[in-house]
Amino acid sequence: MQCQRCERDATFHITDLVDGKPNELHLCEQCAQTFLSPSDEEAAEVMPAMAGLLAQHLAVGETADQLARLDQRACPICSITFLEFRKQGRLGCPHDYVFFAEELEPLLLNIHDQTHHIGKVPKRCSQGADQQTQLIRLRREMKEAIATENYEQASQLRDEIHGIEDQSQTTDSQTTDSQTKGEA
Amino acid sequence: MQLDDLASSSGEWLKGTGPESDIVISSRIRLARNLADFPFMSRTTEADRAEIEKTLHSHVTALQESGKFPRETLYFNVGELEEVDRQFLVERQLISREQAEGEGARAAVIDPSERFSVMINEEDHLRFQVMHSGLDLGSTWQQINELDDLIEEQATYAFSNKLGYLTACPTNVGTGVRVSVMLHLPALVITRQIEKVFKSLQKINLAVRGLYGEGSQAMGDFYQISNQITLGLTEEELTKKVADVVPVLIDYERQAREFLVRESHDTLHDRVSRAYGILRTAQTISSEETMHLLSSVRMGINLGLISELEIPTINKLFIHTQPAHLQKLSGVELDKSDRDVERATYLRRNLNSNKPGDPTQN
Repeated sequence: MQCQRCERDATFHITDLVDGKPNELHLCEQCAQTFLSPSDEEAAEVMPAMAGLLAQHLAVGETADQLARLDQRACPICSITFLEFRKQGRLGCPHDYVFFAEELEPLLLNIHDQTHHIGKVPKRCSQGADQQTQLIRLRREMKEAIATENYEQASQLRDEIHGIEDQSQTTDSQTTDSQTKGEA
Repeated sequence: MQLDDLASSSGEWLKGTGPESDIVISSRIRLARNLADFPFMSRTTEADRAEIEKTLHSHVTALQESGKFPRETLYFNVGELEEVDRQFLVERQLISREQAEGEGARAAVIDPSERFSVMINEEDHLRFQVMHSGLDLGSTWQQINELDDLIEEQATYAFSNKLGYLTACPTNVGTGVRVSVMLHLPALVITRQIEKVFKSLQKINLAVRGLYGEGSQAMGDFYQISNQITLGLTEEELTKKVADVVPVLIDYERQAREFLVRESHDTLHDRVSRAYGILRTAQTISSEETMHLLSSVRMGINLGLISELEIPTINKLFIHTQPAHLQKLSGVELDKSDRDVERATYLRRNLNSNKPGDPTQN
């Protein structure tokens, strides 16, 4: 893909939010740096809030490099990178909100003007959140183990998954039991 | 009850009852939820999707068996449906276009009254909605909140204390709630006030969409107003934000109608009568033209310019003349030109009869 500002190849894909509407920008490294650099007058004029906030976090001059590194980091649970998220606009798993917390914060501010939930909370406690995240990761690893014909590892992973599932089912039924008793 | 029975019935939101139903078609609230122990849809494998569908299906069955969901609740594997049936559910606003066109295991759960429906494996694992006729957001929220509690007895949702319900797209995170009201605003369109209204709605973070949601054109002068923000406000506050603006819009539309009656009564009467005339006599007619003309007729009924028709009849025609509905009702597959002929026949039959909907008269 060609850079929208010059002849070079676009290696940066920026989702800029203008009045809450996403605007896709495809730029080469040099143009991305210009676009994200707060010292440049032209950039300042068109600087979107998200890129602006990102740029503030990063030292001028290192912006493009850092941004590239930032974009390549993959979530350990679902393996999505922030670059992939930018492209498709959909996250890969609940853990992404933790793993990409820093990157998502300016985006959330831009969309919602807020970063904290104050609404409904599920009655069921979410203590098991770590376990649930583990399950997503283990299932993915098991699939990969099967794909590479590493059956011994796959069967170990399967046992581990069953272990967590059984444990969480026991917890669930205990919760339900105590709720029922409480109601009675 | 099966899908074919839904076609001839008329769902909740077509009833034309409820407060302000001359202008407000329906009040709808949708919640987006995800299961905690699966990746979001974009990273699911085929096996994950099948597992999510199976898990949520078992929850629905459990709720039916315990009497918390009606026994006659319908369950469809959307992937196994014929294309015309999927399209039919989209036209009926029971599933989204995205789910109809999606891939892999996905399902729709539909309450026979059509007040409540669930999409499994759409953009999120679970998206469910409650829809009431007219302006009725308070009880719509109450009902969907109770349903959410029921489902939550079975499912563990992805939730964080800081960010609330976690969704595939950050635009839905927090409450996961989309509160929307569908309005019929023909006079604001005729008087060219509609753009101004939209701009002011955008300023207060409300979104405006057409009849079939994102990217759809405002067919038949129907507009959906909904909240854009889902984080940092409570569900009640978000509902109130939409609920507060609707009376203002109703008032604008009424003023525009009064203006038209006062300043150009004859032109308006002519417009309404011509629309009615074409709908009663045309031999072939497109869906777009039908929607456009029905919109004028609907306004004409509300203004007393047409006396022999009732709003529920017109509401029903808006939906029954959509492509998939026509094919379901006639029982045969029809290409575009055949549909246009069938649509004209259906309209003549329903609008020339003294008893609207009597299929024996043609």
